[in-house]
Amino acid sequence: MSRIELNEISHSYLREPKGDTDYALKRIQSVWDDGGAYALLGPSGCGKTTLLNIISGLITPSTGRVLYGDLDVTALPPEKRNIAQVFQFPVLYDTMSVFDNLAFPLRNRHIDKNDISKRVQEVAEILDLTAFLKYKAAGLAADAKQKISLGRGLVRSDVAAILFDEPLTVIDPNLKWHLRRELKEIHEKLKLTLIYVTHDQMEALTFADKVMVMYEGEIVQIGTPQDLVENPEHTFVGYFIGSPGMNFMQCTLNGNVAQVDGAGIILDQKTADLGHKSQGKLELGIRPMHVELSSEQVKNSLPAKIKSVEDLGSYKIVTLNFADKILRAKLAEGASVPSDKAWLVFSPQWIRLYSDGRLVK
Amino acid sequence: MDKWENNRAWFLTIPVLVLVAFSAIIPLMTVVNYSVQDIFGPGQSLFVGTEMYTKILRDPRLHDALWRQFLFSGLVLLIEMPLGVLIALAMPKKGWGVSFSLVALALPLLIPWNTIGSIWIIFVRPDIGLLGAFINNVLGIPFDHTRTAGEAWITLMLMEVWHWTSLVALLAYAGLRAIPEVYYQAAKIDGASAWATFRYIQLPKMRGVLTIALLLRFMDSFLIYAEPFVLTGGGPGNATTFLSIYLVKLATGQFDLGTAGAFSLIYFVIVILLCFVFYQVLQGVGKGAKQ
Repeated sequence: MSRIELNEISHSYLREPKGDTDYALKRIQSVWDDGGAYALLGPSGCGKTTLLNIISGLITPSTGRVLYGDLDVTALPPEKRNIAQVFQFPVLYDTMSVFDNLAFPLRNRHIDKNDISKRVQEVAEILDLTAFLKYKAAGLAADAKQKISLGRGLVRSDVAAILFDEPLTVIDPNLKWHLRRELKEIHEKLKLTLIYVTHDQMEALTFADKVMVMYEGEIVQIGTPQDLVENPEHTFVGYFIGSPGMNFMQCTLNGNVAQVDGAGIILDQKTADLGHKSQGKLELGIRPMHVELSSEQVKNSLPAKIKSVEDLGSYKIVTLNFADKILRAKLAEGASVPSDKAWLVFSPQWIRLYSDGRLVK
Repeated sequence: MDKWENNRAWFLTIPVLVLVAFSAIIPLMTVVNYSVQDIFGPGQSLFVGTEMYTKILRDPRLHDALWRQFLFSGLVLLIEMPLGVLIALAMPKKGWGVSFSLVALALPLLIPWNTIGSIWIIFVRPDIGLLGAFINNVLGIPFDHTRTAGEAWITLMLMEVWHWTSLVALLAYAGLRAIPEVYYQAAKIDGASAWATFRYIQLPKMRGVLTIALLLRFMDSFLIYAEPFVLTGGGPGNATTFLSIYLVKLATGQFDLGTAGAFSLIYFVIVILLCFVFYQVLQGVGKGAKQ
């Protein structure tokens, strides 16, 4: 197969959905290229797992089509699709040895015995499981169990994509990092499409070439980690990605100045023009790392009061009171922080405008 | 630290000791006491040592009852275990059907045991019983559970299966419901057939509850008394005289308390030994392999 295409996918768990809120997924339209490493990122309950299960065939969508390459697989059951799925908790066949666990998907597909043995050996080699092949799978540690779950996907030579549903939840933090690296290596070696569901932005941003951010049943942005940080297309992305999230302030436009409760923030001409064209309620967004602080008044600076400073070792988070709103600024470890009153500079190139939650462009 | 003071805590166990003494130890010891005496009547007895044990162990009627008992329990397990699992697999997983089937299955378990016997006596009567009359008159097969050993056994097995398969089914159903959905999803993706899903997911995950079901069914069927007593009274001849029925005949019919006491203890040891063996074997299933 090649790429996976989702065509106008909607899904509701109710038999007769009425309003928009009855839908777990709303009109998802998306294309996933062959061999890519994707992350599906979003808070719990946003529809990530539903979307994943639709791709693997465990759920048939209420409307829309799933295409693998040019083939419409919407009606095909999971075993007829060339995908594999790794779940949140390791799924093992307890009574079988590691070898039999890995061989299981092949035996079900009536593959020749010698080929099975060869494939299993190869995959065990890749996953560092060779030493365990004769052991009972039930007695192994959580990370080895999760590797076996992955292995059952890798042994199938027909598999072109592997879906992961928060696979590292039950793994120790120090092993998580290690396992994620192994995954990346496997991805580079085997050129499989990997789709990785998680609610952990660190995991998503380090694992994937492209991250899809989901929010209330919609994909609100697809982009590289850099895109998500620099150009969030939705206020939710700004808020969800980054720690702390983006600062948002309601504003009105007056020429190329955004008015926030009496304070005027200067925008660059292009942003202001786009803002004037949009209809909805405007919000101004800026990342905490782009809020500059100085102890004296400088050109285009605005006064603010410092509420608190948190030192997190490698950087500081300053909470400010600006025009009756709470703002956060992220400063380098060595930076000096004025004690009470500070002057803020918002550099125009990092200011984004949002209309009804969506980036104006 | 004064050790003596701490030891007073042992006094706290006295209520339990008293309870266990009255509920288990004293009755058991009474039986042990009976088993070493020859009792002619109230207040008239003679210490005979192990004579009663030797006598009862050589009693051919006991041997017959024991083999009959093994055959009965074996058949019960062979039929009820697979049947119970099959019923559990076929039961609905959601909706009103769940409560309905649970209640329907629980009904036979709620009926007093001797009432079960009475119900079946009428149910299988060749002249007016629903089942008996149906077999005799509609199917035209002459059938009367009081006539031959075979007919008595068939009737007894039918009653036993009707009465107790529910227990196995309910336990198996509970075991099945406890399997996380994700196992079935993984099996689908691995292309497992329905049989493979049963063999490698459902059956291993049900091992715990099925062990309990097997032990309960074995013990109960091995100690069965009320139902055959009411239905066949141990007959025709001695065809359905199981250990309990024979024991009660000895103890109350012939007032042979010494022999009956020795018999009880042997019976007790057999049940405990077999349960232990079953438990050990089932614990070992699927675990014995290379680790």
